[in-house]
This record gives sequence, C-alpha cells and structure tokens, in this order.
Amino acid sequence: MNTIVIELLVNNHPGVMSHITGLIMRRACNIEGILCGTVGDGNTSRIYLLMKDDWRIPRIVRQLKNLYDVIEVVPRDDCDTAVFDRIPELIGTGVISPV
Amino acid sequence: MKMTGAELITRLLERQGINKIIGIPGSSNLPLYSALAESAISYVLARHEQGAGFIAQGIARSTGRPAVCFTTSGPGATNAITAIADAKLDSVPIIVITGQVATGMMGTDAFQEVDTYGLTIPITKHNFLVRTPDELLKIIPEAFTLAMSGRPGPVVIDIPRDVQTSMVEFDMYPAPGEKNNGTHPDMDRLERIAQKINSSRKPILYIGGGIISSDTCAGLYALSKRNSIPVTSSLMGLGAFPSDNPLFSGMLGMHGARYTNYILDEADLLVALGVRFDDRATGKAMEFAPNASVIHIDIDQAEIDKIRETDLNLIGDLRHSIKELVHLVEENRREDWMGYIASMKKEFPYPEPQSDSLFHPVNLLRAIHSRADKKSIVTTDVGQHQMWTAQYYPFNHPRTLLTSGGLGTMGFGLPTAIGAAIANPDRRIICISGDGSFLMNIQELATLKDLEPDLTVFIMNNNSLGLVRQQQELFFGKKYVSSLFGSNPDFAGIAEKFGIRGINLELENDPMRAIERSLGETGPCVVNVPVSLDDNVFPMVPPGSANREMIG
Ligand SMILES: Cc1ncc(C[n+]2csc(CCOP(=O)(O)OP(=O)(O)O)c2C)c(N)n1
Repeated sequence: MNTIVIELLVNNHPGVMSHITGLIMRRACNIEGILCGTVGDGNTSRIYLLMKDDWRIPRIVRQLKNLYDVIEVVPRDDCDTAVFDRIPELIGTGVISPV
Repeated sequence: MKMTGAELITRLLERQGINKIIGIPGSSNLPLYSALAESAISYVLARHEQGAGFIAQGIARSTGRPAVCFTTSGPGATNAITAIADAKLDSVPIIVITGQVATGMMGTDAFQEVDTYGLTIPITKHNFLVRTPDELLKIIPEAFTLAMSGRPGPVVIDIPRDVQTSMVEFDMYPAPGEKNNGTHPDMDRLERIAQKINSSRKPILYIGGGIISSDTCAGLYALSKRNSIPVTSSLMGLGAFPSDNPLFSGMLGMHGARYTNYILDEADLLVALGVRFDDRATGKAMEFAPNASVIHIDIDQAEIDKIRETDLNLIGDLRHSIKELVHLVEENRREDWMGYIASMKKEFPYPEPQSDSLFHPVNLLRAIHSRADKKSIVTTDVGQHQMWTAQYYPFNHPRTLLTSGGLGTMGFGLPTAIGAAIANPDRRIICISGDGSFLMNIQELATLKDLEPDLTVFIMNNNSLGLVRQQQELFFGKKYVSSLFGSNPDFAGIAEKFGIRGINLELENDPMRAIERSLGETGPCVVNVPVSLDDNVFPMVPPGSANREMIG
C-alpha cells in the first residue's frame, strides 16, 4: 500500500477531531493511523493522519484547509511511518488482544 | 458591564444590525426569548423550525446579509436541519442559534437533548458549542464574520440553557463581526488569464451563484461586453446577467436549452466564475465543454480542481478580480463566434408549448411575468414548476430568483418568500410552487397571515409529484409508483381558512384578470392553477449522460 501522512496543526479544543475525521469519512476514505498531541502551551495540537495515497488526497487537503480550527495542513511523503506500527510498544503493550 | 448570557446575545445581535429574529421558543431557549422582550429586535414566530430556517434564508438570499433564527434544543434543532443543509449547499449566510440542555445535563440523554453540534458538523460552514457565557463575546461576532466572509454559509451556535441564564462581566463590547475578503488579486495570474481570453477564438463564461453573492454583476457585464464573451449560467446564477441581452446564452445543464449545451461543446475556452461544476450543470463531467481549456476563479480554494482540472485558476474575491480583468482583456467584437451563438439560439431554443391555454405552465409563467411588477422577487419550490420557471421566466436582476439549487428542497418556496417579503416590504413576492412541494411547509400560511405581506403563491397543480412522474415515464417504463396523489386538498379553500385570499383559477370567468388582481391587490393571495399531468420539462439530459445527449 502506498501511504501518505497528512500533518495538521489545529486549535486544541473539543470538536476539532470530529470535524477532521467527519470530512475524511464523507469522502469514503479510511484513516489507517492517527497520532495526536498538544504543542507548546497546549493551545494547539499536531495531528498526523496515516492514509492510503490516492487521487482524493489533494482534494481532502484542500477541504481540510477550509476547516475553521485547522491552522495548517501539509501532505507528507517524506515520513517514516514505522512509528504507526509501533504504537502499542511505545505506549506500553496493548491490553486488548487482537482478534 | 454585567448581564446574563441571554441579554448579551441580544445586545451582540443588535450590534450586528439584526432587527428581526425568526424562530420558535421552547424550554431550552426561553431565557433568550425573554431577553428579546427588552430588546429593539422584533421576532417572527414561524410554525415549524424548517420554516423558520427558510424564512431566515429568504431574508439572507434577497439581501445578501446574514439573517438569524432561533430554535429550541432537540426537536427544534433537528427540524431546522434541512434548512441549514440547504443554506450550506447554496452558500447562504444564516446564523442558527439553537438552545441546548444545561451543560451539566449534556451527554445524559436529558429531555430534548440531541447532539446538535455533532449533527450539524457536515451541514454548516462552521458550528460552535458555547461552554461559558464569556465565550459569547468572541463567538457571536466571529459567527457573523464567518457566515459573510469568503464563500458565505450557515453557522450554528449551540447555547446551553445555563449559559443563557448565568451572569457575565466584561469591560467592552467586542467589535461587530464584519465581512473580511481581504487581499488584492494576483495581477500576474490575471494577466495570464487575460492573455488566454484574448488569444481564444470561442470563449464562453460559465457563471453561478458566486457572481451574485460577491456582487459582481456589473463587472461581469463589462467583461462579457468588452470581449464579446457569451454568458451561460447555472440555475444559481440566473438574474446575474440580463436574459434579453444577445450575449446571454442561457442556463446550462440537465434542463438547459439545447443551444446552450451545444455552444458549450463548441467553446475553446471556458471561463468559470463563482461556480462549483455541480453535476446538474455539467452532466457527465468528463464530457463537459470537451474542447475547452478551463479558467476557474472562485473564492473557495477547495472548489479549484475539484471536478475539473483547470489550466489556470485564481483564488479570491470575484468582484476585485473581475474589476481588474476587465481592463486587461482587449476589446473584441468576435463577429464569427457571435454569429454562431445567434444562429444556435435561433435553431435550438426551448420548446414552445403545444397549446395556447393559460393553464399550460409555460403560458402561465409568461402571463405572470407580463402582469408582475418588474421589481418582483420570485421564489420556487422544487420540481417541474421550478425548471419551467428557470427556463421561461426572464430574470434580469440579481436576487430576483430565489430557488433551492444544491439541496433541491421541496417546501422551500413559501417560507423563503415570506423571508423575502420581510426584507423587501416595498416589493411583490411571487412564489411558484407545485402541489407536492406546497404541502411540505403549508403550515407557514399561518405566519403569512400574521404578517400579511404582498405575496402571491401560484400552485401549479398537476395532482402529482410531477418531476418524479416525468422520470418514471422516461426512465422507469411508465411505472408510476408513488408519484400520483390519491387525493388533493382544495388549496384556495385552505388559504381562505387561514384567512388568506384564495383563488381557484379554473373557476374564474376571466382568469387573466384574476392573475392581475392576485398580483396587484395588497396582501397575500394563493392561486391554485390546475395543469395537465402530461406536460414534461424538456430538454432533459438523462442522469449520468453528457449534456449533448438531450431528449425532448
Ligand atoms: C424534501 C424533498 N423530498 C423529495 C424530493 C424529490 N422530488 C424532487 S421533485 C419532486 C416532485 C415535486 O412535486 P411538485 O412539488 O408537485 O412539483 P411538480 O414537479 O409537480 O411541478 C420530488 C418528490 C425533493 N426534491 N425534496
């Protein structure tokens, strides 16, 4: 699978994630991985979305730019996405076993 | 200063210049209604929140300025959803303030609790959930700025009851929210756009609602005239360019004229202004204007390259861009191209009605137009009557046709007409409706009676969901499943029972005179016009086909 990471800088407040994931879902795209954390004083957050790279991505990026709480969006094909596979390991091994 | 959240909301709305609020009260927004008693803002009590939303739209669509409506939580908010979604798709600036259960109760399935914020994410330009009363100082002006700026659209502000009742202290009122479309156009790009126009042989303009919302009609006229670029319009752009001008080349798309769709096939340059390449306008997008390179100017960057890859584009306010562009294009008479346009118009016009009866929809529309004051505003519902209106009623001024283009919402016509009447008390409002659509917001006849504006409703009554019946006839083997009404009420009689003048045109000795009276006498009037079930709207591009494949 050819993947791409969409990096976003957003206002950190309730509802932001719904706006972002809702927009992507309406385009019938699946998010393969999400990483999110606050930046600096906590007013903003950085989000990394791991997605399958296809023709919809540029359109999604444009639409994400229109969201009120999205400050910046950059699609990145220069990322090391291995971290998405190591999340349980980094957080502490998952307690829910895969089925 | 110290006041309750509810008082603060009304003060901030006053400062935005709002003088009327449309809505329906309920327990979650009663504090807000109570604050209205102490305010200069008056209220209009609608009879259904969808009606309230469309009345607000009527104000906003006819003036270009944001309008506000209030609903209570739960069912009040869900009832308004259709009107909000409609405003989103047609880029209409309305602000919907919904009551919500108290913050402490949220998330507990409290009485009349619904997740208004979650429900309205996909159908608003933006939405807010207010958590503390001091947030109102920022959110209310911001909501207005958002609704008006860039591509306009609806904003929902969900306000829990305790936020309305608790006290807030502050030093100064915030500045009212204003339209902010900033930045001057990129002159380099404009130069390149002008060059492309100058060197094209068969350029065509494809315009839409963006021309009207950005107030660019004068600039468009100058541009089209100077370089002799014919103008085709989407449904939403009708009225932006005078329909009787030789440069006007009709409405394109599914129910556009043959000549319009043929001309677009011939063009070598498509200049798309304030449009979004909606599928009803383009037909099969791959085959839309197949020989043309594409220039697209729009304020919404997400519309660029969304449906059709552009050769050149410019993101920004149309009014500024076109004003500059006019000076950059050469004067050109384009005699060959104009000759071609004129001959196509002559050869492939809209079909003429088979009969000269006044009860044929096309003749009826021409009669209404001939008797109506030229400043009248027309609203439509959705169906055949809407398409006939778009095809045959000449619109020569912006904001004189208010119609649900993107969502295609039946029930739009009456409440939107009421809103237009509220905002334009000196003008006649005409609502062209169908018997199916009219029943979808018929309760607003009560609001109409309360206000008694100069508003005339014509119901083209074909005893059916005409446009659905037409599709079943053409594409579903004449299986008329669920499109013919088993019964239909006496619409003129119903109007009378609401206290409104009702006319059944069939029973009039001089129907033409009756139409004249319905449009001339002060106050509202509902005219029922029986029309044949068999008349179809033509031409029609079968859904999914290229625009050149018109039937009828
Ligand atoms: C709320 C809503 N429901 C269903 C439709 C689908 N629809 C489109 S046109 C139409 C028929 C409209 O009938 P009427 O208002 O009588 O107008 P006519 O086509 O007969 O002129 C229907 C059901 C719609 N556009 N909106």
